[in-house]
Amino acid sequence: MIQIANTGDPFNLVDQSFSKIVGRRHLLDLDDFSREEIEGIVENTNVMKEVLKRDIKKIPTLRGKTIISLFYEPSTRTRVSFEQSSKILSADVINVSVDESSARKGESLYNTALTLQAMNADIIVIRHPHSGAPHFLSRFMDSCIINAGDGSHAHPTQALLDIYTIQSNLGKIEGLKIAIVGDLLYSRVARSNLWGFTKMGAEVVLCAPPTLISTDFLNKYRQTDGHPFSSVRIETDINKALEGADVVMALRLQMERQLDGHLPTLREYSRMYGITPSRLKLAKPDVLVMHPGPMNEGIEIDPEVAHGANSVIEEQVNNGVAVRMAVLYGMTTPMRGS
Amino acid sequence: MTNEMETRTILTADEIRRALTRIAHEILERNGGAEDIVLVGIHTRGVPLAKRLSECMKEFENTTIPLCELDISLYRDDLSGGIKPVMRPTVLPVDIQGCKVVLVDDVLYTGRSIRAAMDALTDFGRPIGIQLAVLVDRGHRELPIRADYVGKNIPTSRNEEIRVKIIEIDDVEEVVLLRERHL
Repeated sequence: MIQIANTGDPFNLVDQSFSKIVGRRHLLDLDDFSREEIEGIVENTNVMKEVLKRDIKKIPTLRGKTIISLFYEPSTRTRVSFEQSSKILSADVINVSVDESSARKGESLYNTALTLQAMNADIIVIRHPHSGAPHFLSRFMDSCIINAGDGSHAHPTQALLDIYTIQSNLGKIEGLKIAIVGDLLYSRVARSNLWGFTKMGAEVVLCAPPTLISTDFLNKYRQTDGHPFSSVRIETDINKALEGADVVMALRLQMERQLDGHLPTLREYSRMYGITPSRLKLAKPDVLVMHPGPMNEGIEIDPEVAHGANSVIEEQVNNGVAVRMAVLYGMTTPMRGS
Repeated sequence: MTNEMETRTILTADEIRRALTRIAHEILERNGGAEDIVLVGIHTRGVPLAKRLSECMKEFENTTIPLCELDISLYRDDLSGGIKPVMRPTVLPVDIQGCKVVLVDDVLYTGRSIRAAMDALTDFGRPIGIQLAVLVDRGHRELPIRADYVGKNIPTSRNEEIRVKIIEIDDVEEVVLLRERHL
């Protein structure tokens, strides 16, 4: 959601004429990003990569700002890379994990957020198991809200780092065939990536068992001319999905979210939808293999593929820091007291 | 009441060329030659200006002067604004440790960009000196900073605007003064 410009256009929520990065109050999802804004973040990420190569990795950009990360779900890479990127930009970082906070005593999200705001948080990075929790906070908070993953809804910084990783390896996104395979029903990464990839002009193929894909949701958009999703293809046969792909992204089977009997057995899922070396041969020879992590190796992705020559999975993690630095730089952080 | 912008040309393409040639000579004179000099252009328009100075100096002294590009967005002290420019890459192909750095920018105004540029430079090393070359000095300093080499001093008022247009970026080459005229 964008707070400063609303053009009333249901598909492209951002004025395409913005030639610069819009100073965002909040980063909630990629649905309201323009292509230009995404490209701006990609360019700024390149600048941040240069900073990461220096001997002294410290720049004064966010000096005096307080960033609080509020995690209601476990996380390694997202939390660490937000913390690292904030510290390189000289912000003061405070980590709140729910197990050690008053949320354990039953404090509501609303009250916890107000407490943190009262402690002068300029930016709040939140991960929450419920879809929409960051949107809820953005409605009443003065602090900038960054969504670090909410339920099965969105994970915009992951999508931005995926876009950056593809762009830096293949030089472009437009016209690429990107296959996203796996748990599409619960994957917030897939949802944010779908917005990002389609806005950048990629040809996206979604592949999952029929029980793990929300066809109704997609069809509503796919049948609308001009909507970014109108070019999205859905396949239930993984061999068709991988054929000629430039990028293959495997998604984690979200075991913690799905005990609802979507799959007969894990072994069957793995046999029918796992990315194996022989299946990968159907894709282009220089295909990029991606995974947002953490991986269930041997289920959605074969270890040989995950650590093979085409894999950029570690690079994704590595890019996470630079992308999040670019995001933090791009946020409008109103100067306190002015 | 309508407002109209009044435009006045301050420097033509030829005058810019002559000013840069003079500055190149001055840099060489002050430093006793080209040894240990590194030119650092500040994005955006300082970069092509630095390149031209290095070309002039190469012609005069027959040695190549190292050329760097510096983006200062990350070091600004006014970052809380709403719209931020896309950053440009910082490129320092040489170690500036122990060098005489000449910062190059198009307009010297409040001095805040130069302050940011000096902060950025010192993150890369400790030059033995930093000098400043600008095409236009328009006054109104907010920090104790002055230029060592000036193309032209132009006294302005704060509500006027100086636009430096460089052929590589703007397709024309001139310096103009914009003034709002009340009708």
